Amino acid sequence: MFTTYDPQYASNMVEGVDTAFMVIFGISFFFLIGITAVMIWFIIRYRRNKHPKAIQVKDNPALEITWTVIPTILVMIMFYYGYIAFSPMRDVPSDARVVKTVAKMWSWEFEYPGNKLSSELVLPINEPVVLEMVSLDVVHSLFISAFRVKEDVVPGVTSYMWFIPERLGNYEILCTEYCGLNHSFMESVARIVTREQFDTWLDSIPAATNLDEGLVIMRNNACTGCHSMDGTKLVGPSFQGIFGRTETVLIDGTPTQVTVDSAYLYRSITDPDYEVAEGYNRGLMKSYKGVIQDKDIQTIVQFLMTLQKE
Amino acid sequence: MTTTIPYKSYLEPHGKYRGLLDWLTSTDHKRIGLMYMYAIGVFFMIGVLLGLLMRIELFSPGETIMGPQTYNGIFTVHGVIMIFMVVIPGLSAVFGNLFMPIMIGAKDVAFPKLNLFSWYIFICGAILAVLSQFTGNGPPDTGWTFYAPYSTQTGTNVIMAVTAAFVLGFSSILTGLNFIVTIHRMRAPGMTWFKMPLFPWALYSTAWIQLLATPIVGITLLMLIAERLFKIGFFDPALGGDPILFQHLFWIYSHPAVYVMILPAMGVITEIIPTFCQRKVFGYKAIALSSIAIAGVGYLVWGHHMFTSGMSFTARWVFSFLTFVVAVPSAIKVFSWVATMYKGSIALKTPFLYSVAFIFLFMIGGLTGLSLGSLATDVHVHDTAYVVAHFHYIIFGGMGFAFFAALHYWFPKMYGKMYNQRIADIAWLINFIGFNILYFPQFVLGLQGMPRRYFDYLPQFETGEILSTIGGFILFAGLIMMITNLINGYRKGEKALDNPWGGSTLEWTIPSPPPMENFDTPPVVSNEPYDYE
Repeated sequence: MFTTYDPQYASNMVEGVDTAFMVIFGISFFFLIGITAVMIWFIIRYRRNKHPKAIQVKDNPALEITWTVIPTILVMIMFYYGYIAFSPMRDVPSDARVVKTVAKMWSWEFEYPGNKLSSELVLPINEPVVLEMVSLDVVHSLFISAFRVKEDVVPGVTSYMWFIPERLGNYEILCTEYCGLNHSFMESVARIVTREQFDTWLDSIPAATNLDEGLVIMRNNACTGCHSMDGTKLVGPSFQGIFGRTETVLIDGTPTQVTVDSAYLYRSITDPDYEVAEGYNRGLMKSYKGVIQDKDIQTIVQFLMTLQKE
Repeated sequence: MTTTIPYKSYLEPHGKYRGLLDWLTSTDHKRIGLMYMYAIGVFFMIGVLLGLLMRIELFSPGETIMGPQTYNGIFTVHGVIMIFMVVIPGLSAVFGNLFMPIMIGAKDVAFPKLNLFSWYIFICGAILAVLSQFTGNGPPDTGWTFYAPYSTQTGTNVIMAVTAAFVLGFSSILTGLNFIVTIHRMRAPGMTWFKMPLFPWALYSTAWIQLLATPIVGITLLMLIAERLFKIGFFDPALGGDPILFQHLFWIYSHPAVYVMILPAMGVITEIIPTFCQRKVFGYKAIALSSIAIAGVGYLVWGHHMFTSGMSFTARWVFSFLTFVVAVPSAIKVFSWVATMYKGSIALKTPFLYSVAFIFLFMIGGLTGLSLGSLATDVHVHDTAYVVAHFHYIIFGGMGFAFFAALHYWFPKMYGKMYNQRIADIAWLINFIGFNILYFPQFVLGLQGMPRRYFDYLPQFETGEILSTIGGFILFAGLIMMITNLINGYRKGEKALDNPWGGSTLEWTIPSPPPMENFDTPPVVSNEPYDYE
């Protein structure tokens, strides 16, 4: 029962934000119920067949001043709680780990020291982190609900947010500034691990300078935001072991079996709605014909052919 | 003039043309009010149907009835229609035109031809908005906020939608100008400022916002068009612009615009409650002045839409502080309304029921707004379903229910006929229940972390989304019932008395429906308003 309750907040920001919520909701609830109850009581008590003649009550300046001053004090208290919980959010500790965050339609990318790139935000528990965020196209907003943090990612400027993750586990990262077609699919995950797990994970990531040219092109065009390399199902099918596998696709709604070859991969990049892999929707992916140069598409196809099954 | 003019209702033909042309060329303020109402009624139903389509799409996760591009277009069009064509003009253009001149004892507004011209501008803007859906490369998909640089880059029909909003703005500016001059210059003899009823007071505050704030969004939308057409870099950083500048300029207008929506609604409620309580309104001066205070301070709080946008910390806390300040005058009004019921003689008629629902829903909308004005809590709920719930409680639960209250209150005066009050009460109950089931779950969804403008959602949000969709259908049924009942009332309702509710303001002293120029002899005012002694 009580032992299963985990008292630790997911991040250092939760307590302040939730306290401010409790103060505001507590006062609000009191007034909502109180005023509604008084109103209903007046309506019942003074309904016309019980109270046929209204009594003209004079204005009461003392009462009016009271109900001006009390709400003023209460909203100032609310302002104060919001202020004290918010001001640490803009005050980054000097020892915070810097993770460069790149937002683009419609994926997140996290860059660790040593030019290591990841589509997931992996962080060691109990260590402060600051996300230095840039956008490559339009305004996005990084939101981790469990951590009570959110900040817009605006093209042309570097914005930031910081926090200390305080509980192990996976937490959703969502985009909360509308950014077009796949706004609702622009998601990632914050994976909070122990320091040892984090170090092992970081070591296993190849530096981006050693990346295959095809993968670099794919990252630059946000392909990896929707297609994983490790079998995870994102917005589109995973690329793990894609070459040579048999896919069921819909051509004009008719299910058809195809074996993935270089021609299929090329078609899927230039005309994605022609053959739609079963379980995915038409219109989710735009055509990259003319967006990515033809020779670069060939490089991507070459790279995809090298991806192993596991 | 000593001869008595024979009574002729404003609804009867009176110009040199007959039929529809008689209406389209009439500068009578009441007819213009009705023409706004019919147009807005049509746009409202289109907006409702689009909203219902979104609710059906969100009934289950994944694609239900439409793809993401269609969904993004639909929430944009829903927003543009509802904001620019329904709630901003709504109460002031319809009931302001219909009753403000009568309530201050005038024959018409100060500039009747300009008034008719404003209606034509409104219709032109509306036609452009509707055309933007069917021409160009698909409906605009930016959201009604047109945030740059997405709006300067997307291939959809943004320019026409923005032009529509620009044109609609002029209608709003001219109506505001007309009302300011009318209220300053045309009050009946003896009607000093503090003897003026409170609906005109609310319209007066609103008119100043329309006049002063609307040009800012006009110029902003022009800048957006210039950027799209000529690549002038105002907002897109790739061209040397600043996306945050767009957000500032947009909200400098669009936050005060919220008060353009809600102040007349408060005015309507302030008229209805004294009538059905047969009591002088409590705190007349406080209500009048709090309208002005809201209009004034309301200019200075736009930054609370941008707490997570990357503004400086100082800007963030100053805007938060001012936002809390503007909450107080609204609270004063709520207290005054409830105090007006004290020792009254309360008749539970349909307009009063809608007013009580208004107070309850507006309180929820206002109180939930406090967590959006507070910095720390806004970080969590900003741009989530919580915001969607909050502003629907304010705009629909507030302005919408006040509109329905006004409609049921003044209907007998407008048409000289009475609707079926029992059916109206039942429709009220269905609307109230449906509204809460539709929007309340969205507060919870937002607190759980469900972002807004999402075509698809994570499985943990499904229960709330299903509940919300069910509420949408209940509300839709209630709206249909309400509208059908009013149309039936118009077609075959009983003849209404001149003053069916026992109202004390000037519109109840003249026949139902009112004659062409309202008053045979100009009224002279000596009492304070809401004098039931």
